[in-house]
Amino acid sequence: MDALLEMRAITKEFPGVKALDTVNLAVQKGEIHAICGENGAGKSTLMKVLSGVYPAGTYDGEIHYDGALAEFDDISGSEARGIIIIHQELALVPLLSIAENLFLGNERAKGGIIDWRDTNRRTEALLRKVGLSEPPSAIVDKLGVGKQQLVEIAKALSKEVRLLILDEPTAALSESDSQALLDLMLELKEQGVTQIIISHKLNEVRRVADTVTVIRDGATVSTMNAAKGEITEDRIVNDMVGRDMADRYPKRDRKAGDMLLEIKDWNVWHPIHTERQMIKDVNLAVRAGEVVGIAGLMGAGRTELAMSVFGKSYGRNISGVVEMQGKPVDVSTVSKAIGAGLAYVTEDRKSLGLVLDETIQRNITLSNLPEVSRNAILNEGRETQVAEQYRKTLNIRTPSVFQRVMNLSGGNQQKVVLSKWLFAEPEVLILDEPTRGIDVGAKFEIYGIINDLSKQGKGVVMISSEMPELLGMCDRIYVMNEGAFVGELSADDASQERIMSLIVTE
Amino acid sequence: MDAAEQSAKTTKKLGIGEYLVRHMREYGLLFALIAIMLFFQVVTNGTLLKPVNVTNLLLQNSYIIIMALGMLIVIVAGHIDLSVGSVMGFVGALAAVMIVEYDQSTGVTIVTCLVAGGLIGAAQGYWIAYWSIPSFIVTLAGMLVFRGLSLWLLEGQSLGPFPREFQMISNGFVPDIVPQSVSDAVAGLLGVKRINVLSLATGIIAAFLITWMGLKAREQNRAHGIELEPSAFFYARIGITSLALIFIFYKLSTFRGLPNVLLTMGVLTIIYAFFTERTVTGRRIYALGGNEKAAKLSGVKTERLTFLAFANMGVLAAAAGMVFAARLNSATPKAGFALELDVIAAVFIGGASMSGGVGRIVGAVVGAFLMGVLNNGMSILGIGIDYQQVIKGLVLLAAVIFDVYNKSKQT
Repeated sequence: MDALLEMRAITKEFPGVKALDTVNLAVQKGEIHAICGENGAGKSTLMKVLSGVYPAGTYDGEIHYDGALAEFDDISGSEARGIIIIHQELALVPLLSIAENLFLGNERAKGGIIDWRDTNRRTEALLRKVGLSEPPSAIVDKLGVGKQQLVEIAKALSKEVRLLILDEPTAALSESDSQALLDLMLELKEQGVTQIIISHKLNEVRRVADTVTVIRDGATVSTMNAAKGEITEDRIVNDMVGRDMADRYPKRDRKAGDMLLEIKDWNVWHPIHTERQMIKDVNLAVRAGEVVGIAGLMGAGRTELAMSVFGKSYGRNISGVVEMQGKPVDVSTVSKAIGAGLAYVTEDRKSLGLVLDETIQRNITLSNLPEVSRNAILNEGRETQVAEQYRKTLNIRTPSVFQRVMNLSGGNQQKVVLSKWLFAEPEVLILDEPTRGIDVGAKFEIYGIINDLSKQGKGVVMISSEMPELLGMCDRIYVMNEGAFVGELSADDASQERIMSLIVTE
Repeated sequence: MDAAEQSAKTTKKLGIGEYLVRHMREYGLLFALIAIMLFFQVVTNGTLLKPVNVTNLLLQNSYIIIMALGMLIVIVAGHIDLSVGSVMGFVGALAAVMIVEYDQSTGVTIVTCLVAGGLIGAAQGYWIAYWSIPSFIVTLAGMLVFRGLSLWLLEGQSLGPFPREFQMISNGFVPDIVPQSVSDAVAGLLGVKRINVLSLATGIIAAFLITWMGLKAREQNRAHGIELEPSAFFYARIGITSLALIFIFYKLSTFRGLPNVLLTMGVLTIIYAFFTERTVTGRRIYALGGNEKAAKLSGVKTERLTFLAFANMGVLAAAAGMVFAARLNSATPKAGFALELDVIAAVFIGGASMSGGVGRIVGAVVGAFLMGVLNNGMSILGIGIDYQQVIKGLVLLAAVIFDVYNKSKQT
């Protein structure tokens, strides 16, 4: 095998920071090459250098592509050579059809007039290739995230891709969608498409990757080869964090106290398609000090359950009872739910959790402004104290609490959202995908925070698509499928296989 | 080391140049206002800053500034209100009909008009907040409806005149409470014919207050490790503002003293600046405009705040309508025509963001003054209304381009 891509001694500096320091990367023809590293390690910067977002001349080092020195001035330069990146945030136009999206900027047209027959024919062929059975005229917005991801890949294939780069492709996908995507990657490999995958999910990396390169603090740390049997999750994790992480989930004494939150006979209908029942007769209980998980596939209704309980933020015709410490409470608005002692940490921190333009301080105090004010007049000194306190205890990495949260990394943003809800002093926290899209180190810290909460006697409900995380953290796990709880497992009985079988047999 | 100290230390390292770049917008606006004033002062041979013209300048722009206060809140909340010009005209007409045709007292008229404005704003806010109908459309409809209603109320005619009492809203001056002998002594001291000591004293007190509050805020910022303005800038800014205040009040005092409108405007500006920057509700409005969904999930009653923002805008538009009618001494069907655009322009020149969540009261007021000085200066020079419009349009565009350029440079 010879190399399709060789990046030699790439160094990229920004004012004050060396983002990449003599990074080497060699990708062989026809392989799947995984790049692992914590957030901020330099993976994205490296890919931006490769694709020409940072044009030749703004970095040191050489890129050899297909046997020759390559110097790309912009993205179209690298795309013309068959290097295509699919970003974490999908770049599809939501209200256009699949066909229109696939050929956007590359329209099948004669003299400026689109040839729809040719467009649709080609679209169908591409969709077959990625295993998506949707008509070319389907509107992208109406597809799930998993299918949208496939459309992105089809779009890459339409451009005659030679090197496909997938940045966190499964971050927003359910277990089954993820598996389908990984299968597709292996199939594309068979067809000779070289691929680079950037992922935090090490089981996926192990499954598809032929080679793994680990980057830490802007430098290459190690390269492992599957053929030589070098790839293990422990090794990758150790290299990523630069220390031994004996246990990925910190230990905690498990003891459940008094009953805190009980949800009884909870039913919710879809807000627009009112005949669709989204949540069916759900009963959930959380005791003081307990961490309770909700497992399930994407679309099982976990987020909908949480949001409908939290101030009826989702759905209509909601029925059922919510009790705190044995007494029924009114959760019909968000402020009442907060008052009752609930907090909901959203899965979508950027659009639902944070005011990105505002400072860390202002985000943290938002859910409990009365606490930092007197007679409705804010005390900014007190606000700063509060923010500083959370910055310290949650280890938010930032020069000051007056930074806008927009400038923080995913892990630090998540800590800001958590701080906001800790400051609201809830009894029960519902954490929806609390570690999505954040690096291993920050994940470990978040687990630590969850354990602290449990120690303080709070109740935690943890929704996660990563089963190992649930298994590692929870005392009890509810399994959810199609809007209903289909099983409940104690920590000792739970395993990935048992959870999956509960979902599948239902 | 204490964390606050630590951040104070890192921020102190900021160079003056870097600070200037980061806060270009705020200084740029102030510099622009000063530059434009100096320019017109020179090319009009000193007419711009003559006492009578300074008084005029304030009276001419008072209703724009009053509405800009409410518009800033609407825009920060992520909306827009196109109806304010029409609502202002309608309320002026209502006041005229009440006073001239139905012989109501000034007090009753003022209260009724403010309530009417509030109800109009609330009616529009209701559809925007609770039905999620875009504010652009609701207030566009409102603009047409209330333009039509004021035509109907006035039957297409101008209606006036108002009793003296009502005219005082705009054309009145705060009486000098200082004894004549003291005034004469001060006038003699300053070498002028007559002087309104109350006005001069107000200016000096205001300048002291601003300096004192600035110093106090700076002290607090230092204590909390908030990024400090380089001292040269701080003192220059405070100095220029204080001197400008004393200068303007001095000019006013050698003419007829403190206009009633200036008092209203000043008090409202202080109240709204305090409200937006220091109160819980004010903070929540910024969060609402910055990210409505996140604000809602944090327990902010987003619908109610949106509703209130429009109701408040209605009250201020009503106030502006009465100021305008009192100034003209009659209500005309044309009153307030296209004025919403001047108000919106003032807010954007003042640094507010179209997408919501960003903007300051002080910015909006300075933006309105900037437009006002441009209008006034060009009128003195005898520049036609055609060129005036072109120039104002270009100034608005330039201000927003400047914003966007600054933002792109920072990231």
